[in-house]
Order: sequence, then C-alpha cells, then structure tokens
Amino acid sequence: MVLALLKYGLSRRYPVREEIPRTPDLKKHYDVVIIGGGGHGVSLAYYLATKHGITDIAILEKGYLGGGNTARNTTVIRSNYITSQSIKFYAASMRLYENLANELDYNLMYSRRGQLTLSHSDGVSRALRLRADSGTFLGERNEILDRQQIKELVPSLNLDIEGRPILKGLWHPDAATARHDAVAWGYAIRACDRGVELHQKTQVTGLTLDKNKVTEVQTNRGNVSAGAVVQCVAGHSSVVAGMVGLRLPIRSFPLQAMVTHPVKPFLDPMVSSTALHCYISQSARGELVIGGGSDPYELYNTRSTLDMKESLAASALEMFPFIGDLKILRQWAGITDMTPDYSPVMGRSPLANYWLDAGWGTWGFKSTPASGIYLAQAIAEDRVPEMIRPFRLDRFETFDLVNEMGATAASH
Amino acid sequence: MKLMACPLNGPRNISEFICHGEFHNQPVPENTSDKDWADYVWLADNAAGVVREWWCHTPTNYWFIAERNTMTDEILRTYPSDDLGQSKETRS
Repeated sequence: MVLALLKYGLSRRYPVREEIPRTPDLKKHYDVVIIGGGGHGVSLAYYLATKHGITDIAILEKGYLGGGNTARNTTVIRSNYITSQSIKFYAASMRLYENLANELDYNLMYSRRGQLTLSHSDGVSRALRLRADSGTFLGERNEILDRQQIKELVPSLNLDIEGRPILKGLWHPDAATARHDAVAWGYAIRACDRGVELHQKTQVTGLTLDKNKVTEVQTNRGNVSAGAVVQCVAGHSSVVAGMVGLRLPIRSFPLQAMVTHPVKPFLDPMVSSTALHCYISQSARGELVIGGGSDPYELYNTRSTLDMKESLAASALEMFPFIGDLKILRQWAGITDMTPDYSPVMGRSPLANYWLDAGWGTWGFKSTPASGIYLAQAIAEDRVPEMIRPFRLDRFETFDLVNEMGATAASH
Repeated sequence: MKLMACPLNGPRNISEFICHGEFHNQPVPENTSDKDWADYVWLADNAAGVVREWWCHTPTNYWFIAERNTMTDEILRTYPSDDLGQSKETRS
C-alpha cells in the first residue's frame, strides 16, 4: 500500500489528466481572438467551435479562467423580465442552462429553486403583475402570490416588516442557481477539447487599428492578428473599448455581496426584496448568500465597505430576523457595467471586425449560454440574429431602449 | 465612514453626497447633430483612473466638482464649479 502510493506519487503520469491545457505559445494569427476568459468568453468559444466549426480561436485572459466577475456574481438564473425582447433572450438562456451539465458532461451543480420577488407597496405589486403577465404571455411560468401563499412557500420569512409589510410576491418556479466557476470550467474544457486555445495570464495592452479594422491585438506576450476580435470583459468594457477609441453607454459600479457561515438548509427558493434592495438564497453548502449592495458611485475597485455590509445585513434581518446570530464568513464585490436601460450591449461595433459583448451589469451570469450561442452565430454568419438585435449598441442613437430597470435594479 | 470634503460645509460623511456623474459641457442644441446629441446623453468615458465629476451635498443642495481616482477610491480634490476656469472649454 505505502509502496504503491509512493510509486504512484513519484510517477510521471501523476496527476493523470489536465482538463484545461497549459497556456500554449501565441501564434501569429487566429480566426477569432476573444478578449476575456470568463464565462461569456469561453461560452462564445465553445459555441463557435461546436455550432460553427470555428476552432482557430485564442481566448486571452489577463488573470485566470473565470477569475473576474464570473467568480463574483451571485448565480441567479431567471427570465422574469418585463419587455418581450428580454424575456425571450433570458428564457432561451434558462433553457440552455437546464441541459447544460448534460451537454458539457460536467457537473454545474444546477439547482432549480424558484425565485420569489417581494413587493412592499401597491405600485410594485402592479409592476410584478405586469412582469408575471408579460412572462406568461411568452410561455414562461410566473405567478402572483398573496401573503398566505408566501407564508406557505417560505415559512421562515417575516411578512410583517415594520413600515414595509410584504403585500404580494412574484413567484418564478423555473428560476435556478448553478456553480459559477463550474460553468466557466465546463465551457472551457469542452472548447479546449475542440482545439480552442485558452491563454491565461495574457493581458491585452492595446489594439492596432487600420481605418475601420482591428489589425493587431497587442498583449504582454506578443502581438497577434485576427479575422475577428470580440471583447467579453465584464467590469472593464469601457476600458477595452477605449483601446479602439469607442465610448460606450456604460458606467461601472461595484456590487457587494457576502455569505454567512453554513447552517442547516431552511430556505429553498431565492428571495428578493424590491424595497430593501437585498436578495438572499441558501447555497448547497448551507451558507446564506446575501447580495444586492450596489455602491453609490462609480469605481473600478472591488473593496468592501462596512456601510454596505451593515445595510445589507439590516435588510436581510428584516426578512429573516432569526439569522441575527449568524456570522459573516466572507465578503466580496464585483464590478458591474451598468447601462442606462439595464440591458446588455452586444453585437456589432462601428468597426468592421470588432464585436461587443458588454454592459452585463448584474445580469451577466444568467446570460452566459445565450450570449455565447447568439454571438457565435452573429460572428460565424456575419449577421446578427433577431434574438440579440434589440441589444445593439446603436439603439441609443435612436432612443430605442430596452428598459429593464424595474426588473433588474438591485433585486437581481 | 468615508469622508468627503465639501467646499461649502467641510468634511462630511460621504453618505450625505450624491454623485451626478462625469463633468461634460453640454453641446449647443441648435448646431449639434442628432447623433452627437445622443452621444452626449448616453455615452460615458467611464475612465479607470482620475475622473472629474459633479457631486451634490444633499442636505444643503450644494453642487460642486470633485476629482477622484476610480481605481483607488481616493478623493483628490473638491472645489466650486466656478473654479473650473479655463478647463471649462474642454470636455473632461
């Protein structure tokens, strides 16, 4: 036994398998260069390879795979938006998520929990009703619950919050959660299986333009040319777009979240309050994930602040007073690229071969499969599919916005 | 508690202030194209580094200019908008 262990430990064949290949040398040219190795970047590469046979792809990641905002979100998958454009898009993403673990043959810890959005005023109740009906009209499952039904669904919830009693709830039974890292790992492994190159610790430092085309991508490991270049850099969209002289309708804010130490499972659905700007769910490990604290001014800094943690904790306590003795286990912030209408900016840029996957604010994780599959189609066919046309950059020139502020802001 | 130095009220808790975004000069509507106007309305520099912004101290409704670093979360300078002087001509 001991000898066998020693022999195995010293063997060259240990560890047995590297799922993500080591970063290879950069070639001079790729058909497609994807800037950003987060969920969106690797999802795009995966669908380019599997759906369109494009495998000459380099993903350039300045840090490590999925180490940016993919690692910092609170993993809510849902489609209960308000405009038909958004509902169709996020519903498509939800459907892809449902079968994704099978497709990738990788455990994503996908778990359908349902999401309950709470209203504390008549105005918000009406808005929830509109969201429910908009979704139902497009075939999504949504329901308005009264106080009794809410009590039965989440017995531990305090319905009589002082000054803000819970009046109604929007119940979205198909909402789910999944392991964020696993989504990035699964896509990356299967993309790399097909010949996609993932270049970690490779930072893009500049983009060379010739008239209307990006001719060269400059990195800290040398320069490459590409047929098409796509930026998938949530949290740094404006900075990278600035390298080709583009200004975007984006302002970047930190969003703070935290988890408590693990306790016995008591909370199955994800619960979100519109008035308290707080959402809460219990992870598979039993930790309470508490999020929703958007910083009041723009920053590219993921520090945490006591003010925000206090207000998040206060809101969580209003909903679940008995968690007062729990301790905060860890805290973090991600950078959200907020757009004026709370919808993404994706598709063509004004440049011929430069594509955008930006403005993912607080709705990026749930969009990971859909953004990849539709953007892959756009790039492969050089034609933007109907599904993502509403999110084009030039909608702002025509004031043709896709307003999701009410269905998105702070309540995820 | 993070402090911001208000040019009128001195150092105050930053929760008393509201940030109103990047300082831009408004283009003259009569001789601005629709595209340029839309750009002015929607687009932002969103710089990672030193920015110049409008802030307001809400209890006194006093509006002023703040320069701060969005990478380090440091407030570098605050001053009345009258002090923008010559730099007023160029867009920040």
